[in-house]
Amino acid sequence: MHVVYPLVVSALLFSIGVYGVLARRNAILVLMSVELMLNAVNLNLVVFDVWLRDRLHGGQVLTLFVIVIAAAEVGLGLAIVLSVFRNRRTIDVDRLRDLSERDLMSPTTAGPPGSGPSGPPTPPDAGPAAPGPRPAPSGSGSAGALDPSEAG
Amino acid sequence: MTSQVPDLWPPSAQEVVFLLLGVVALGSALLVVTTRQLVHAALWLVVCFGALAGGYLVLTAEFVAWVQVLIYVGAIVVLLLFGIMLTRAPIGRSAGLDSGNRVTAATVAVGTAAVLVTVVVQGFATAYTPLEPGGGAAATLGASIFRSWVLPFEALSVLLLAALIGAIVLSRTDIRPANPAADAGGPAAPTTPPHPPDPAPPPADGSGATAGETGSGRVSRDGG
Amino acid sequence: MIVLAALAVLLPFTGAAAGLLGSRFPRRRTPARTARRRAAWFAVVPVAGAAVAAAWLAGWQATGGGEAAAWPVRIETGSVPISVGLQAGGLAALVGVLVTVVALAVQVYSVGYMRDDPRYPSYSSFISLFTSAMLLVVYAGDLIVLYVGWEIMGLCSYLLIGHWWEDRANSRAAVKAFLVTRLGDVGFLFGIFTLGLSAGSFRIDDILAADLPKGTLVAATMLLLAGVAGKSAQVPLHTWLPDAMAGPTPISALIHAATMVAAGIFVVARLYPAFLAAQPTLDVLGVIAAVGMLGAALAALAQDDLKRVLAYSTISQLALMAGALAAGSEHAAIFHLVTHGAFKALLFLCAGVVIHHVESNLMSHMGGLRSTLPVTFWTMTIGFAALAGLPPASGFFSKDAVIAAIERAHGPAQPFLYGCALVTVGVTGAYAARAWLRTFFGSPRTVVLPHAGDHGGGHRRVPRSMLWPVVLLAVPALGLGFAGVRDLDAGSAATSVVIALLGAGVVYALWRGAPELDPARMLGPFRTPCERAFYLDAVYDRLVARPVLRLARGVVRADDRVVDGAVRGSGRAAVGLSGLLRRAQNGNAQLYVTGVLAGVLLIAVAVVVLG
Repeated sequence: MHVVYPLVVSALLFSIGVYGVLARRNAILVLMSVELMLNAVNLNLVVFDVWLRDRLHGGQVLTLFVIVIAAAEVGLGLAIVLSVFRNRRTIDVDRLRDLSERDLMSPTTAGPPGSGPSGPPTPPDAGPAAPGPRPAPSGSGSAGALDPSEAG
Repeated sequence: MTSQVPDLWPPSAQEVVFLLLGVVALGSALLVVTTRQLVHAALWLVVCFGALAGGYLVLTAEFVAWVQVLIYVGAIVVLLLFGIMLTRAPIGRSAGLDSGNRVTAATVAVGTAAVLVTVVVQGFATAYTPLEPGGGAAATLGASIFRSWVLPFEALSVLLLAALIGAIVLSRTDIRPANPAADAGGPAAPTTPPHPPDPAPPPADGSGATAGETGSGRVSRDGG
Repeated sequence: MIVLAALAVLLPFTGAAAGLLGSRFPRRRTPARTARRRAAWFAVVPVAGAAVAAAWLAGWQATGGGEAAAWPVRIETGSVPISVGLQAGGLAALVGVLVTVVALAVQVYSVGYMRDDPRYPSYSSFISLFTSAMLLVVYAGDLIVLYVGWEIMGLCSYLLIGHWWEDRANSRAAVKAFLVTRLGDVGFLFGIFTLGLSAGSFRIDDILAADLPKGTLVAATMLLLAGVAGKSAQVPLHTWLPDAMAGPTPISALIHAATMVAAGIFVVARLYPAFLAAQPTLDVLGVIAAVGMLGAALAALAQDDLKRVLAYSTISQLALMAGALAAGSEHAAIFHLVTHGAFKALLFLCAGVVIHHVESNLMSHMGGLRSTLPVTFWTMTIGFAALAGLPPASGFFSKDAVIAAIERAHGPAQPFLYGCALVTVGVTGAYAARAWLRTFFGSPRTVVLPHAGDHGGGHRRVPRSMLWPVVLLAVPALGLGFAGVRDLDAGSAATSVVIALLGAGVVYALWRGAPELDPARMLGPFRTPCERAFYLDAVYDRLVARPVLRLARGVVRADDRVVDGAVRGSGRAAVGLSGLLRRAQNGNAQLYVTGVLAGVLLIAVAVVVLG
């Protein structure tokens, strides 16, 4: 078996995954494309394992691990997608633009819970677990507001 | 090894089989990223993963092939289908699946492919290995995992547990503090004031089985 | 004996420092009255001391004391050393007395004149500083030291003309005086450098003793002449002097009649051997003097502002001195300088009294003051007689000496100069008579000004401290001329007296015909150009001021548009570019990932290709 064949297939598969990640709007399709890329990596791992005749079978074991991690990733990713969907009624990634500046974009909705703060005018709520120093009273108010969410 | 390397072309029978499977995988992958129907994309993904599993078989990695079929085809794709369903995606043709920067994305993807293929071909044009069955059998791999790779394996199990808990916390709606604006009531909720992230209570209160069914159930099973 | 000269220079200087620093000390708890009284003492006493010192020195000189000099400090400059020192010859001693006496009179006079001025302490301190600077010029033995005093005078002149800077016109006049004299001073400084470098020393004695080539001398004296013309208000740099009448009247008496404008003439006389060796410079000086004396006299004839009449007459008389210098007689020039200093200070102080009384500068508001201001009338009559050159006032003798010197002179410009001088004598008689008649005779034309109500009746009482200096100055104005009685040239004296009387007579005849009308109407259509000083200000405005202003505006605009524009433009370009970049930051995470991957690709390709 020439190693080049599976490697080329893997490279092409990876590129297709890249295209999917970059071009798809639906978050679930983006997740699928990520799976494609992971599979390309898996193929690479297996091929090199076979080619190098690894005694520890590192490539194949790692492939198994990647599969497991991919499963976990899909689980978490879908949970996030669902949570976004619950709050926004949409999972189009190009409409989730809370990272952008306010005056450029149309004032979209609130920050999704758990995905970081968004609205500059809102002071971070005085939660019970609010950490001591709030660094920036104006602007993002990022640090003070992020802490409680990271605690979850 | 270089002395007995056969020519790259014409390919041997195994290579022909692998190439056919590869073509199927690539074609279905292409369809995954280009189809206008969400559910079809998931189904094409099944085809792609299946073809890849076939490729693993050709490469003598049987156990990986079966795991691929089991987890990817059996679990992940189903999970994705659940996601599609739960996000009330339109079944059937929908125009808005591609975002605006499709051209850029295509350019970057083609560039990636060009670079990768060039590097791979230049680096491994003469690499050859005869395929010998048995290298990827379940027994071999099991021995390897539980002998050499047991520590990463255990770490991975902890990771899976964390992912499970995280998925539960993320998807449950009944463990938030009483906040009427938090639950998505409005249709698009554009006027909802940006409320800060809720300080989540201590996770893993153990009762997340029903609400977090999408992520946790599968993952826990897969992890086992 | 040189200690006396040093004392004369330093006493007013310490007076100025004390007046500036000590008058209001401690700052918060000193009431204005105390500050004023203290400042008055600080002003009068040191200048009086300086006057005593200068008089002592002059007396010592007159009794055959010879020349006194001291060079305590020598500053090595790397090339030509500067010898800081004083030197008091006969000329310096004489002018020193003139300066200190006039300054003393002005200081005493100012105590009354500036009674209600809140800034009197700084005013009197500047006068003291000015006196000190003028004395430094007079006693300086080194050209650089002289230049220091020369420049301090320019500064004080600026400060004092602009004393009432609240009025825009006053500060403009101050700036104008400063700039015009500065223009001349540039030439003066380079003249000093030329002389000093070619003679290898800045000491005046060394320079005069050095055998310099004629070309160098001509160039240097021409450059010096620029400074002299600026300081002494000679054509074409005379335009600042009439405007400088915006300052308080004592300032006009001190600076613009007796001392500062005298500095130019004094410097020429001090360096006279160098000027004598440069005949072209003297010819130029003669032409300048001839044009200046006649033009200024005609302008004086047409003015309505009493102080401007005196200002133009100052220009005219200074031009007469310059004419004497050009004619080769420094003695006549200095003689006239001294008598002119006395009687012109007298005239200005009298005019100050009149203006203080009437509260207007315009002669059309005056008239019939003979009975209300008898002392001023008599002293001012003496002053006008001296100005017109009528015997036995001092001006008669000195002017006769000047005319005689010009008559005897040789040179290409002599006939022109002589003719102008004679005509000027006639015109001087005419404008002196006109001012005299319109101020003191006829019916009172005073308009009661609205704000004069609280003084009662529109006329203000004249303080005693203003009358004493006037009376005191009248003595030298009347009698100083007898010092030159031996050199009286009867022929030219008769000629000039006849011409002056002729001018005065014409004015008197016109005035007798219609006392209400201005005798200046005899000039006919020529009157307006005279009143406007032959439009020289307008010409300068058109030729210099406006182009300079336009250039300045252009520079400002260039600074604003080009220099600042570059700065602002770079900022704006940065903002614009970052705006472009900002457009990429649209919150679309896919776009970010695209950028990241594209960058990674480019780096990978670059590494492969370039590496």
